[in-house]
Amino acid sequence: MHIVVCMKQVPDSGQIRVHPVTNTIMRQGVPTIINPYDLFALEQALQLRDQLGGSITMLTMGPPMAEDSLRKAMAFGADRAVLLTDRYFAGSDTLATSFALATAIGKIGARWGTPDLVFTGKQTIDGDTAQVGPGIAKRLDLHQLTYVARIADIDLAARRITVERRAEGGVQVLATRLPCLITMLEGSNSIRRGSMADSMRAARAEVVKWTAADAGIEDLTKCGLRGSPTVVKRVFAPSPREEKAQLIDTTGLGTDQVAQALMAGILARIPAIEGDLQRAAASY
Amino acid sequence: MKKELSEHFKAYKHVWVFVELEGREVHPVSWELIGAGRKLADTLGVDLAAVVMAAPGEAGRHAVAESFAYGADLAYLVEDPVLAHYRNDPYAKVFTQLVNTYKPEILLLGATTLGRDLAGSVATTLLTGLTADSTELAVDADGSLAATRPTFGGSLLCTIYTLNFRPQMATVRPRVMPMPERREGRVGRVIEVKADLVEEDIVTKVLSFIPDRSSSKANLTYADIVVAGGLGLQSPENFQHVKTLAKVLCGEYGGSRPLVQKGWIEADRQIGQTGKTIRPKLYIAAGISGAIQHRVGVEGADLIVAINTDRNAQIFDFAHLGVVGDATRILPALSEAFRARFAVNRLAS
Amino acid sequence: MIEETFDAIVVGAGPAGNACAHTMASRGLKVLQLERGEYPGSKNVQGAILYADALEKVIPDFREDAPLERHVIEQRLWMMNDRSVSGMQYRSDDFNEELPNRYTIIRAQFDKWFSRRVQAAGALVICETTVTELVRNSQTGRVIGVRTDRAGGFIKANVVVLAEGVNGLIGERAGLRERHKPNHLALAVKEMHFLPRDTLEARFNLQGDEGVVIEAAGTITKGMTGTAFIYTNKESLSVGIGCLISDFEETGETPYGLLESFRKHPAVAPLLADSDVKEYAAHMIPEGGYNAIPQLYGDGWVVVGDAGQFVNAVHREGSNLAMTTGRIAGEVIHQIKARRDPLNAENLALYAQKLEKSFVMKDLKKYRNLPKALHNKHLFTTYPNLISQALQTWFRVDGVEKTAKENEIVKSFFRTRKLTGLASDVWSLARGWR
Ligand SMILES: Cc1cc2nc3c(=O)[nH]c(=O)nc-3n(C[C@H](O)[C@H](O)[C@H](O)COP(=O)(O)OP(=O)(O)OC[C@H]3O[C@@H](n4cnc5c(N)ncnc54)[C@H](O)[C@@H]3O)c2cc1C
Ligand SMILES: Cc1cc2nc3c(=O)[nH]c(=O)nc-3n(C[C@H](O)[C@H](O)[C@H](O)COP(=O)(O)OP(=O)(O)OC[C@H]3O[C@@H](n4cnc5c(N)ncnc54)[C@H](O)[C@@H]3O)c2cc1C
Ligand SMILES: Nc1ncnc2c1ncn2[C@@H]1O[C@H](COP(=O)(O)O)[C@@H](O)[C@H]1O
Repeated sequence: MHIVVCMKQVPDSGQIRVHPVTNTIMRQGVPTIINPYDLFALEQALQLRDQLGGSITMLTMGPPMAEDSLRKAMAFGADRAVLLTDRYFAGSDTLATSFALATAIGKIGARWGTPDLVFTGKQTIDGDTAQVGPGIAKRLDLHQLTYVARIADIDLAARRITVERRAEGGVQVLATRLPCLITMLEGSNSIRRGSMADSMRAARAEVVKWTAADAGIEDLTKCGLRGSPTVVKRVFAPSPREEKAQLIDTTGLGTDQVAQALMAGILARIPAIEGDLQRAAASY
Repeated sequence: MKKELSEHFKAYKHVWVFVELEGREVHPVSWELIGAGRKLADTLGVDLAAVVMAAPGEAGRHAVAESFAYGADLAYLVEDPVLAHYRNDPYAKVFTQLVNTYKPEILLLGATTLGRDLAGSVATTLLTGLTADSTELAVDADGSLAATRPTFGGSLLCTIYTLNFRPQMATVRPRVMPMPERREGRVGRVIEVKADLVEEDIVTKVLSFIPDRSSSKANLTYADIVVAGGLGLQSPENFQHVKTLAKVLCGEYGGSRPLVQKGWIEADRQIGQTGKTIRPKLYIAAGISGAIQHRVGVEGADLIVAINTDRNAQIFDFAHLGVVGDATRILPALSEAFRARFAVNRLAS
Repeated sequence: MIEETFDAIVVGAGPAGNACAHTMASRGLKVLQLERGEYPGSKNVQGAILYADALEKVIPDFREDAPLERHVIEQRLWMMNDRSVSGMQYRSDDFNEELPNRYTIIRAQFDKWFSRRVQAAGALVICETTVTELVRNSQTGRVIGVRTDRAGGFIKANVVVLAEGVNGLIGERAGLRERHKPNHLALAVKEMHFLPRDTLEARFNLQGDEGVVIEAAGTITKGMTGTAFIYTNKESLSVGIGCLISDFEETGETPYGLLESFRKHPAVAPLLADSDVKEYAAHMIPEGGYNAIPQLYGDGWVVVGDAGQFVNAVHREGSNLAMTTGRIAGEVIHQIKARRDPLNAENLALYAQKLEKSFVMKDLKKYRNLPKALHNKHLFTTYPNLISQALQTWFRVDGVEKTAKENEIVKSFFRTRKLTGLASDVWSLARGWR
């Protein structure tokens, strides 16, 4: 079985700072990490491979330094890694990203065998759209299974797969045919620790680097800024609220009195709650 | 980038909202979007249409009627047994066909698991732009949709346009937009569209649907009263105070992300940018610092009350009412105060 | 188990380990370097000062691509009491030279870069892997490799270089050295204060990549032996303070409490105003000096860097000693290997001999008694207060004649510290310095 896992290297957005005056991102010292959601996809892929045999190809579109993340993925046990890197990709939105990734998956298929499964994470923590997965599926005409919490069954010979998909208000049990694209839900597993041998293999392995041309992309107008229908016109900081919270004066008050004052404050502001609670109390 | 809309896109008019039906229920986010779509349509001077896909029967008809009550001018109704349950394939196919036939300029979907699953496919097939998880929708002077969304982990906002392609697509998370007023008796035009779907052509099958135990899942998002705790509570034992108060107030409880990471609460109890957006009447945040990622999930609340030991905590920048103090002591006292006032002891014991 | 045998395994990817691995790999040795952090430098989030000389000897062209923050053109030495600062300032345009001598760096980025160069030189570097123990030949006791915390983690090597830093446990666990004593260790805490570049440069009177270093001592450490510092980076300030662990134990003060009062000091607060504080890192510094240096080599192993207590606390030099000891160890291992001689204690003794001849041991020897002399409460409380009072008396214009002022100042010193006290403080400091 051949599995492709799409993985992105992202800035650890918890550590991003904004210039107070210019509102631009100050990137200095912001570490990059593997998009945490993609690790659930990777672990699921590893489990399937361990169980059914075959190989895993990691795919990232990003700057040259994304190689570090791909190597790390190999240390977890992935078999090979492809880095799609080219200045033509700069400024890609989800449509352009899914175009580039889908084309590269085509090329990966030609080189290492058509994938039976393509995995993506649920979403990225920087782009944060959850749209790249569905975009790839559509372009490659793969059956699309999003928000998958569990793979219940997979039958390679019959080319069938059954999954549990998180839907609004419940879990959908879906069955479809391979090949398909799965976006993996968070919390469905936790990434393993690779063996010593895997880490040494990863440290020595070569990350395959492809330009747009290497990946078989002919029409560069579909890439990067030019291939992105969306245009970001304005970036700004959220406006602070005019007035700050009104603080309850607690000087000299015991905890119970503070609680009383707080309750009074709440009820004064939304008197309707009083009615709701009275009714709730009465109904018991 | 300049706006240079090509001739054939100029025919695209009207605002559409995809009405999300799962089983017999319409997801409330659809009504929130009808409210938002109404404003856009009025600004543009165009119609607001609801798009309803369903199996033939009561549910679809009911959804259409409700769409009118919430403010839609017309509705496209596609009925087909194949559409009984959501599946990407038939839904995306039908939706794309509708767009190509009737040419809307703006397309809004809920950023739910269903809406995101569908929006990505449709936008890719139509080769148009999609702004995910928008928090604000407006129409520009030249009539373009300006969709604002958080970026860089919520530290900044950005406004995104789809200048030269149509339709302009956006998804919005539940509870980001307010619920519009529902007016009984409003009517509109229904346009019924045939889908020509054949079940045998659809590869993906729904084997079953296991509804969530009537647990937190939807309740937190739509609860009127939410009590939440953060790292300031210091231990999972202390978090119990949050649950107790929520129970006393007949509300739901939630927490900040670190609590999920520490395993104190389940992932679906997380409030904020990567958790749930809530819009309760009352939100009580205890021991939560008020990081921007948390803030964006709660800003829609009518009343935000914060309890924090740190007078300078960010939470006081956007809370309405606050107490500087130890939440582990104030929470139990507050539960007791409410309990005494409403004599609901039995509830919370 | 991994079948291949390496010429050398280096434990740790700080400056010492990197210098050593680079030296060996670039000379053709088969080197494996293991680091427990997520990436080299991930455990070293702090900013620091880099001394060009030591690095030049390992990577002569480092200035071309190393992530250097600012070159230091100004040094301020502050003596602080609770309300005032007195001190010395040296700024020179001579430091705006073609090949500057000192730079501020951010370790997380610098170590990562260094490691990339180590890999380019041919070493195999593996992170997120903790060495759990040294493996010895059960008969001879010779070190023959290491075990790691990963599955199948025993790896063989002809020599193991312990570059595990100050709290490395491997050497200690293997009985190669004792646990560092609390009075030989300082605990330092450090924060990064982010400021827009233009604001920072205006506050410190800087242009381009010029940088300032402030080092401070006085009542901020509440009588404990220690210092505080502020380094300017491109868009941030590294701010920190450190004291001997034994002093913390004795006084019950907390490092973070000290840092907080340093931050709030009237001379410091305006420099940090409106900054965005990010990292808060605690780290130890070995300050025992010459007398605390453990056994440095044995059959199949050597110790380099902080693990060997190579820090010059007076001049706040650590990374340069780490790089120098790492480089020398690497050169020695290569030499022995080139002669096809075994890497046993007898041959590795050359490492210690070379160190004796280098500035490393000479400097540490020079200051060997200083740690004791500096362990004097008065240096950190009494004198800063006296000096502040003296300067204030001197600078205030209030109608008192100058001779009276002079007398008052001299008297204040004798009144507070007596002749014997003064004399012994001066004597022990002078001896320590010699
Ligand atoms: C990409 C990304 C997405 C994120 N998404 C979310 C999200 O969806 N939701 C979310 O919540 N976070 C999210 N975060 C994390 C967010 O940035 C904050 O780290 C988090 O919200 C902080 O949680 P906290 O307030 O519980 O903890 P802290 O920030 O540690 O705050 C604890 C607070 O408790 C106070 N306190 C301490 N003791 C007491 C006491 N006894 N009584 C009262 N107060 C006390 C302290 O003063 C402090 O203000 C996200 C981060 C990133 C990077
Ligand atoms: C607050 C502070 C400020 C300082 N400022 C300066 C300064 O301005 N200039 C200066 O020259 N020096 C400074 N120093 C000193 C300097 O940081 C050290 O001397 C230097 O880092 C020592 O290098 P090293 O390689 O020996 O150890 P380290 O840099 O500590 O590196 C040791 C590495 O080994 C790894 N490791 C440990 N155990 C294991 C294991 N079992 N398995 C795998 N890996 C392991 C660690 O993760 C670490 O990366 C400062 C120190 C501190 C604490
Ligand atoms: N540049 C990229 N390279 C590889 N995979 C990506 C990239 N961007 C997004 N993805 C994948 O698509 C998923 C959804 O991303 P997003 O639409 O940005 O939320 C991620 O979890 C990744 O698996």
